[in-house]
Amino acid sequence: MSANYRAIARDGLWDKNITFAQMLALCPLLAVTGTATNGLGMGLATTAVLVASNLLVASLRGIISEQVRIPVFVVLIASLVTLVDMALNAWLHELYKVLGLFIALIVVNCAVLGRAESFASRNEVIPSMLDGLAIGLGFTLALVMLGMVREILGSGTLFADASLLLGDAFAFLEMTLIPDYKGFLLMILPPGGFLAMGFLLAGKRILDGRLKKRATENLETGEAPANTATAT
Amino acid sequence: MTSAAEPTPYRNRISYQAGLLGGFATLAAALLAVGDFSTRDSIAERRADDIRASLSQVIPDRLHDNNLLQAPLTLTREGRPVLVYRATQQGQVSAVAYPVNGKGYSGTISIMMGVSAEGEIIGVRVLAHTETPGLGDKIEEKKGDWIFSFNGLSFDNTPDPQWAVKKDGGRFDQFSGATITPRAVVKAVKEGLQFFQAHRQELLDVGNRSESQ
Repeated sequence: MSANYRAIARDGLWDKNITFAQMLALCPLLAVTGTATNGLGMGLATTAVLVASNLLVASLRGIISEQVRIPVFVVLIASLVTLVDMALNAWLHELYKVLGLFIALIVVNCAVLGRAESFASRNEVIPSMLDGLAIGLGFTLALVMLGMVREILGSGTLFADASLLLGDAFAFLEMTLIPDYKGFLLMILPPGGFLAMGFLLAGKRILDGRLKKRATENLETGEAPANTATAT
Repeated sequence: MTSAAEPTPYRNRISYQAGLLGGFATLAAALLAVGDFSTRDSIAERRADDIRASLSQVIPDRLHDNNLLQAPLTLTREGRPVLVYRATQQGQVSAVAYPVNGKGYSGTISIMMGVSAEGEIIGVRVLAHTETPGLGDKIEEKKGDWIFSFNGLSFDNTPDPQWAVKKDGGRFDQFSGATITPRAVVKAVKEGLQFFQAHRQELLDVGNRSESQ
């Protein structure tokens, strides 16, 4: 079992990244990534929900029967999201005001129910929590990357208001990369999200293709060309 | 009844599943009750902070010696209750602040306005809006000084026809690419002043205390 931990982490963060590979959870992704800070906040909130829901589902999987598992998962996830919503409202109010509606919408983030159903309900508690963490961090990575691209191109800053949202300890993140920048409205609006997302996806595909090519060259097997052909 | 050879596993029985669902619903309710109980006070405090922050922008501290949030007055406007926060100085009402709403390009624009006892606007701030970033959001204090163009205006020094954007023959600038947004804010503020005039007596009467106190 322990040998799998590397695979779980790798899958969640890169190979089966919830956005860049599985193309799930695009709604919150495009909606909140106007700035990198918002992306980071949303990603961390989703990660917390993912870890907690995977923990609950994995530890209760013995008593949850096959027929009613989906409603039970939904009730559990909805409760967790409501708790996160209340906690953010009470203790991270600035972040809550920005993310607002999208916190409650974590409940319909297909990644959360998807991991409960496809991983946590079939695995032990520890691997399930790790899976939740890896998937959540992978999602956070996607949110922050997209947020950074959109924020730099759209407003010329990076991690604006980070100290306001995450505490004074994060003030070092705030940067103005392009002084006196007039702003590029398209990148802040939803179409900019789609465009940036497309370029990031293309980038990942190219990178993956290169890595794969290198791996097959190293192996020097006769089937290598056939493999790359099916993959593309 | 199933045959003795293959008894129904208890987990497949309807009663087990109903009990399971009921049990989880109860568990969820208990969790949420605990969560609500432990965050309710902080959330109420944060809300009060938000209101206080928006009030302090439209009523400067030097105009009052009371707690603005204390005993707001509830008036009805077009069938809806409006909470009016009153600033008093030595028992005299010096200014009032109340929320008004405008119908913007893509939704409601929520505005807080402060009016002095003489009927002069002290300040107007947009609390929340969903206008287009980069076009309509110049009504925000952070994005431009347009919102300050209301300061010091009243119906005495600005006659009715001037309460419109320049395109409509008024005195307020519109933004290039966005006329609906400033038009909505001007209209909301103008109606807010009319509200003040209509209720002047009630608003300035210190003896008039809200029943909800």
